[in-house]
Amino acid sequence: MIVDLPDTTTSAISKALVKIREEGGAVALGRVLTLVIATELGEEEEAIEAANDASREHPMRVIVLSRREETAAEQARLDGQIRVGGDAGASEVVVLRAYGAAASDEEGLVTSLLLPDAPVVVWWPGSCPEVPSASALGRIAHRRITDAAEHSNPVAALTTLGRNYKPGDSDFAWTRLTLWRAQLAAVLDQPPYEAVESISVSGSADSPSTELLAAWLRLQLDAPVDLEVTSSLGSSGIHGVTLSRASGDIRLERVQPNIATLEQPNQPTHDISLPRRSLRDCLAEELRRLDPDDLFGEVVQKGLALLEATAAGTGPEGN
Amino acid sequence: MPVEITRENNPLRLPSDRRLNRIAGPSSLIIFGVTGDLSRKKLMPAVYDLANRGLLPPGFALVGFARRDWVDQDFEKVVHDAVKQYARTPFDEDVWRQLKQGIRFVQGEFDDDAAFDRLKATLTELDENRGTMGNHAFYLSIPPKSFPLVTEQLRRSGLAEQAPGKWRRVVIEKPFGHDLQSARELNAVVESVFPPDSVFRIDHYLGKETVQNILALRFANQLYEPIWNANYVDHVQITMAEDIGVGGRAGYYDGIGAARDVIQNHLLQLLALTAMEEPVSFDAADLRAEKEKVLSAVHLPKDLGSATARGQYAGGWQGGEKVLGFLDEDGMNPQSVTETYAALKLEIDTRRWAGVPFYLRAGKRLGRRVTEIAVVFKRAPQYLFAQSQTSALGQNALVIRVQPDEGVTIRFGSKVPGAGMQVRDVTMDFGYGHAFTEASPEAYERLILDVLLGDPPLFPRHEEVELSWKILDPIEQYWESLGGPLEQYKPGTWGPESADELLARDGRTWRRP
Repeated sequence: MIVDLPDTTTSAISKALVKIREEGGAVALGRVLTLVIATELGEEEEAIEAANDASREHPMRVIVLSRREETAAEQARLDGQIRVGGDAGASEVVVLRAYGAAASDEEGLVTSLLLPDAPVVVWWPGSCPEVPSASALGRIAHRRITDAAEHSNPVAALTTLGRNYKPGDSDFAWTRLTLWRAQLAAVLDQPPYEAVESISVSGSADSPSTELLAAWLRLQLDAPVDLEVTSSLGSSGIHGVTLSRASGDIRLERVQPNIATLEQPNQPTHDISLPRRSLRDCLAEELRRLDPDDLFGEVVQKGLALLEATAAGTGPEGN
Repeated sequence: MPVEITRENNPLRLPSDRRLNRIAGPSSLIIFGVTGDLSRKKLMPAVYDLANRGLLPPGFALVGFARRDWVDQDFEKVVHDAVKQYARTPFDEDVWRQLKQGIRFVQGEFDDDAAFDRLKATLTELDENRGTMGNHAFYLSIPPKSFPLVTEQLRRSGLAEQAPGKWRRVVIEKPFGHDLQSARELNAVVESVFPPDSVFRIDHYLGKETVQNILALRFANQLYEPIWNANYVDHVQITMAEDIGVGGRAGYYDGIGAARDVIQNHLLQLLALTAMEEPVSFDAADLRAEKEKVLSAVHLPKDLGSATARGQYAGGWQGGEKVLGFLDEDGMNPQSVTETYAALKLEIDTRRWAGVPFYLRAGKRLGRRVTEIAVVFKRAPQYLFAQSQTSALGQNALVIRVQPDEGVTIRFGSKVPGAGMQVRDVTMDFGYGHAFTEASPEAYERLILDVLLGDPPLFPRHEEVELSWKILDPIEQYWESLGGPLEQYKPGTWGPESADELLARDGRTWRRP
């Protein structure tokens, strides 16, 4: 069900939500969090779809705050829309389209719609504030999710993120790595237990995940990393990782869009299903833990710095 | 300096890394009795679901062993069809293609040495070509009477031999015997070949999220622990009801009955988790120690006649369907004295539970399929309210719904809106499906993964099995001494009248689940 509330206020939207709940039974009980999606006018649908899908795992209230760069001349106005039931997965979606000066107070727009007690997560599917934790929405959130890959210079976006990191920040560039990281960690769970002496990571230049993967390995294994970025068109994301040890190389390479091969010394080559992660998967994973991801903090701050120092030849491992 | 890597220290797997799931190490799962229902409906789909969730290693193999004259491709087809029909997660061609590379079938009888030699050759081949690295779990989805033969074959062929850096585990399902003595014999057979910590006894109830949640509910919250004792709790009811009859399992069920079939394992495990003290950690040893303590403190009332009830379902109409009585089921002995409904009253000799009876009931062809634990509290003193004001107020209760509609309900009194003060029971409801939709894995997924990881907390140890038989044996002996015929109850009801009388003698009634 979709209820349109043109030219409205958030208090009228709150009232409409209560009324819908009374008429439709206790549909809104059991919501575990409020997800605020901060986006631009006209860009809402993809994010809403991902949130609806993710809500099958995490029932939540979704507030989509949609605005554009303030244009002084524009008439101030707030349009609301409520989606419940089949149009909202297991969540309830409130879309706020704010125009003109009405868009200036982001926090004020969402405050009355936040669920009592439940944690607040803010997600910027596109561009994000320079310091997410200090922004109007970021301040009220327990978790702040950004997506460096959506920036025009993804690697620079990561660096900015690292510089301004506050606990509670995370980025989809990191979430997209989880399956890769799980496979690499699983390899080192098994004998032979040998130190990794050198690492090589390759991926396309527009993939911040490649950079993060290298930073993570650099930080955890304390071995020199050879980061190879290619700008070849038609291939995006991470291409492969090689961990070199005394007994030989462990090589994990994505050979087809959804399949990677894993080669290890004295072992058969394995095909591993390593699909590119959808927005829905990434969002669902982010929402699974609502406490700060400290490891991400370490990687994006220390790991990236180590990586850059190595690249510049000034680090302790700068060979 | 590169970071040192050891078995215990994997720098890529930090405790602070909450995103990484533990993936099982290279290994194979060998299923005996692979043509059975459990294997098709639960085990194969669970293996696929694990693979689909990325929790199985690339070096994983699934080996079927059965009498059927199949080759690998036939078995692969059977697994494929079972997965398509029963798996929880969507079918993904890429995942399947990877999984199927490790599927093998070994044809043979349990007494055929050559078949086990072929099995050994198959596993050696998998170690080499598939990278299972000598780690193998044998899942005995077969009747217990075949255990001695199969375990002996595994020993003879050297498949059970433990070697450093490799593991061999055996997984067995209930029934773990039919009384204390047979349980001991069975255990002796299995443990003569596999060391105790390599034996994984599956009680699939313990793999259920709701059952594990009992620990979280009790010990992670401040709200319940203070009232979780005889000062506040009046009694506890643990119910496991099925709406179906024995159907095609008539032959198996005769001589077993409801008490041996589900009370000995599932219900007593639920009782243990509900009544045990707080373990010092979630380690297997600590958790089992607490369960064993409380099970060893369970005692039966002196007069078993007034503390137990049993019955058999009669034929008749159940929910619009004409059903056969237990004694008329196809292949059933018409003189059978096997109960299809059993209810017991147990007491626990600890300070926490002094004087608090635990009523357990289990049966077939009951009102609906439900498993739940109801902790019923004492009635608050009511001098403030006139009797007429609280006539619709029952006792407060906390109900853990194990299945279906997993969740927790709290019943308490609330004022009825309007003039005057009338108090009536209302419910506060937590549903897993509302707060955490779709995330619950099947019990078998969790348990198979734990076997492959070698993580034992959710598997009962032999001592627990022994203790539960010690509780049940006197009742079974008492019932046997009474002989038949048994009281019949109408299908689709909540059991025989004697069960209602059992509670009525204590001035209580069964909850309608």
